[in-house]
Amino acid sequence: MTSARRKPYGVKGAPYAFLIPATVLFLLFFALPIGYAIWLSFRKVKVSGLGLGSGARREVWAGLENYTAALTDSELVNGALRVLGYGCIVVPVMLGLALLFALMLDSDKVRFAPFTRLAIFLPYAIPGVVAALLWGFLYLPDVSPFYFVLDRLGLPQPDLLDGGPLYLALSNIAVWGGTGFNMIVIYTSLQAIPAEVHEAAKLDGATPLQIALKIKIPMVAPSLVLTFFFSIIATLQVFNEPTTLKPLTNSVSTTWSPLMKVYQDAFGKGDIYAAAAQATIIALATLLLSFGFLRAANRRQKQEAAR
Amino acid sequence: MSSLAVGKTATAAGSAPGTVQDRPPLRRRIAFVPTVTLLLGALYCLLPVAWVVIAATKSGSELFSTFTFLPGTGFADNVSELSAYRDGVYWQWMGNSALYAGLGALLSTCVSAVSGYALATYRFRGRETLFNVLLAGVLMPPIILAVPQYLLLANVGLTDSYLSVLLPQILSPYGVYLSRIYAAAAVPADVVEAGRMDGASEWRIFTRVALPMMVPGMVTVFLFQFVAVWNNFLLPYIMLSDDEKFPITLGLFTLLEQGANTPALYTLVITGAFLAVIPLVALFLVIQRFWSLDLLSGAVKS
Repeated sequence: MTSARRKPYGVKGAPYAFLIPATVLFLLFFALPIGYAIWLSFRKVKVSGLGLGSGARREVWAGLENYTAALTDSELVNGALRVLGYGCIVVPVMLGLALLFALMLDSDKVRFAPFTRLAIFLPYAIPGVVAALLWGFLYLPDVSPFYFVLDRLGLPQPDLLDGGPLYLALSNIAVWGGTGFNMIVIYTSLQAIPAEVHEAAKLDGATPLQIALKIKIPMVAPSLVLTFFFSIIATLQVFNEPTTLKPLTNSVSTTWSPLMKVYQDAFGKGDIYAAAAQATIIALATLLLSFGFLRAANRRQKQEAAR
Repeated sequence: MSSLAVGKTATAAGSAPGTVQDRPPLRRRIAFVPTVTLLLGALYCLLPVAWVVIAATKSGSELFSTFTFLPGTGFADNVSELSAYRDGVYWQWMGNSALYAGLGALLSTCVSAVSGYALATYRFRGRETLFNVLLAGVLMPPIILAVPQYLLLANVGLTDSYLSVLLPQILSPYGVYLSRIYAAAAVPADVVEAGRMDGASEWRIFTRVALPMMVPGMVTVFLFQFVAVWNNFLLPYIMLSDDEKFPITLGLFTLLEQGANTPALYTLVITGAFLAVIPLVALFLVIQRFWSLDLLSGAVKS
């Protein structure tokens, strides 16, 4: 705060006035709903008598009841484990591919770079629901070209929409949709590396692979951290893809991911209190995981800088 | 851009079977491994799109009987059948999506621009706190917002309305973040100061001086938000029950739900998916040159 400089009349209030729309929207559509959800998570409905007549169903204080119920709910825990398994496939594969493609785009003498860059980025423009729908059809034996080829070759035809392959099938949709965006983020920061840096390394006789591993990757570490951070958040919140595949297979339950479970409890069962407690737990877990990751990444970078 | 690439392929193919002396320089000009890797990546990304384009041309019987990548003959029939489905509700969904995404992104860009400008240009008490609180919104799982938003909007009788999908998406924490970074880079402090010397009001300085400088960044914010709203599924899924108000994502989902057990409806779903992809891909191809994606890496560096 430097108030030494004299400011003309009206300047002081201006930033507050400019921020009114954002603040009002934030209070109405972020703060209020979050507060309401937290409040609901500590409430429950008490039914007296047969539950008939007015006043028979009253909302009362529930303490931590909804939370203990949620944490011991095997369906929610299983959903969290499923999403963890799914995330362990999606995040490394998607970011690995994004980094690989970005490095390839950035290498010398590569052909068709503008075309391939655009093609790989294209799935970003396609809604998750439509992506899941397209891949869903490609997984269906009746219409899929993969099954057609396998059939002609006389090879076994696995059921992609069941058991272990289902994880791969779902992960593939997320990888397909997300690789391009992350590739662009990494590629733009690769482009920002001054040319002299790798020219010098090349003169010293470093191979392209060595340049990529020893110079380029460390220099784009901040954007790798950022893409990792957003990928973790997106993965924990997976909802659209399994929901869209659900009509095509019986293996995706209505509570496959934690978010689907919240939806099911709130609108399927009508138990908004349990749903609110689960949503709060998911939000807390997301915050803990993402900030934990950011802190670890920061510490690592500081150590490297100190070295 | 792709036509340019195709032109290059033709020249490369034409010169490949040339004399022996021609070959070594050609091989040295092309980095083989990166080019092939990228082409494989492009193939993977284009495959489902190519599939839907071809599948949309097939009639119901062709879909199950002919080879997947062999074009069919039923495209016109498929489109007219889809248009006739429930009195043309499909086109209503497309119109709704355009409304939600267009108007929503426009309002969102306005709010982001004015907020980002204020956060970047002024130093005032509570600035960083306010910024961090707004940003924390990015981390909130959409469901923790959407369920109570639904309950709260139900109290004021706004659920199942256009507003219930539009209003919650106006404030975009990511948009505010990008706008702040862009305003800080694009609007020099002396220009603002010069405006004050001329006696212009703060609002006038913003609209007449700063905003024109921020336009390229704001285009990016608009496009990001347009794609985000167009692709959103969860919020309309929770808020809406009247299918006249559905956006295309939700409409296609309900169509799939009905069609999954009736293979006769597959062609409708596939044609619907194909037509739904066209506007965004077209928009994307036209504007990808204007996207200042550097903004992203700039954001990363700061």
